[in-house]
Amino acid sequence: MMKTRILGVVALVAVAAASVNGLFLVPADLNQGDAQRIMYVHVPSAWLGYLSFGVTAMAGVAYLWKRDLRLDAVAHSAAEIGVMFTAFAIWGGMMWGQPVWGVFWQWEDPRLTTTALLLALYVGYLLFRRLTDDPRRRASRAAVVGVVAAVDIPIVHFSVEWWRGLHQGPTIGSPERVLDPAAPSQFVIALVSMVVAFTIAWAWLMIRRYQLARTEAEIEELARRGRVAEARRAGMAPPRAELEEPAR
Amino acid sequence: LTPVRSDLAMAWAIARKDALAELRGRQAAVSTLFFAGLVLLLFGFALGPDSRRLAEAAPGLLWLAIVFGGLLTVARLHQVETDDGALDELARYPLERRAIYAGKAMAGLLAMLVLGGVLLPVVAILYGIDLLAAAPLLVLILLLGAIGFAAVGTFYAGVTVRMRAREVMLPLLMLPVIAPLLLAAVKATAAALGGDPFGELAAWLQLLAAFDLVMLLAGAAGYGYLLEE
Repeated sequence: MMKTRILGVVALVAVAAASVNGLFLVPADLNQGDAQRIMYVHVPSAWLGYLSFGVTAMAGVAYLWKRDLRLDAVAHSAAEIGVMFTAFAIWGGMMWGQPVWGVFWQWEDPRLTTTALLLALYVGYLLFRRLTDDPRRRASRAAVVGVVAAVDIPIVHFSVEWWRGLHQGPTIGSPERVLDPAAPSQFVIALVSMVVAFTIAWAWLMIRRYQLARTEAEIEELARRGRVAEARRAGMAPPRAELEEPAR
Repeated sequence: LTPVRSDLAMAWAIARKDALAELRGRQAAVSTLFFAGLVLLLFGFALGPDSRRLAEAAPGLLWLAIVFGGLLTVARLHQVETDDGALDELARYPLERRAIYAGKAMAGLLAMLVLGGVLLPVVAILYGIDLLAAAPLLVLILLLGAIGFAAVGTFYAGVTVRMRAREVMLPLLMLPVIAPLLLAAVKATAAALGGDPFGELAAWLQLLAAFDLVMLLAGAAGYGYLLEE
């Protein structure tokens, strides 16, 4: 508990320091002005979205192998945090796109469209979890759904990339283009420190969300036992599906 | 019988059973075809009456109608199994689960081919498209698209078959996954109809084939986990 708290404080301080640096100390971009500063939160968010979905897929595979509900809790936590960061990345991208491109939504940017589909995939995953009651059935099915979604991501990426560009070169640089080696080290340091700070915050969120997921599972289990006991008191046979203990 | 051959035989038996059920309970299948045709008619109202604009949008509209009709089709093919607990029965047979998946996917593929075969001429008539010039290519694109849709659709129909709110969960889970298929099929259809001026048709066909392969493997591997419990 104490260690998690320390990690939380470190995350808070790191994000605050990196934010002050990105917002006030680093000079504004010559072409894009202050809008470019959005990149300092946009890029880390997108990275953590991908990291989270990777964790969801890996924890899903591990669950199907080990059948340990704790792994399912990891997959669930990562998916939820990933959806949050992905939504944040899209929001930041749109806030950046409006002043720089003149539109919120640029269909020709393959990353934007890919990320939107990614968000849809994992919102579906989370809704799916909510609508399935039995913990073990939910865990194994969610694992399969999460893995198939992850398998789909590279295909989505390629297709969208080709869709825009098979007979037309890229017309507009993407935010990440700013990061080419020619960029002054000040900008690079601001971005890298933000990525590190966000990743620490991500680790803290993951631990807390995981603990919450385990508590939720405990509540679910107590409710199940309550229903079984109540059915027995009333002299009825409890539903067969409710009798089995979930593995761990 | 060698295992692979008996797997195939089982898959074929399941597909034949589904095809027979579809034929005997014709009304549901015909209603789906009619619905998909109606979607094409409504797209005409939404985008017409400028016939040039309709002709330009035709590949996209065709594939959207196939997707909408296909969603109903794959859902129906699984629903018949659960209505009387037949899927549990099927899962209890001593046969490879991937054979069940292959059988259901084959039945889905057949239904999708019928759907596409009906919609293609409707598109030609409603939107004034000359199909005959590109007919062999269109058949190939339809086949590749139908395989991918059946592969993904069978898997997600299995995922959602016994859950609450499955009517909305099936499209919600499936539509983002088939986005690459939709995109590639529309692009390939447009290229085939327009004489492929940019030479991109082969690339889209390859993407479709790759999508089919990956999703068939993922679906076959994942489907077994859906039947356990």
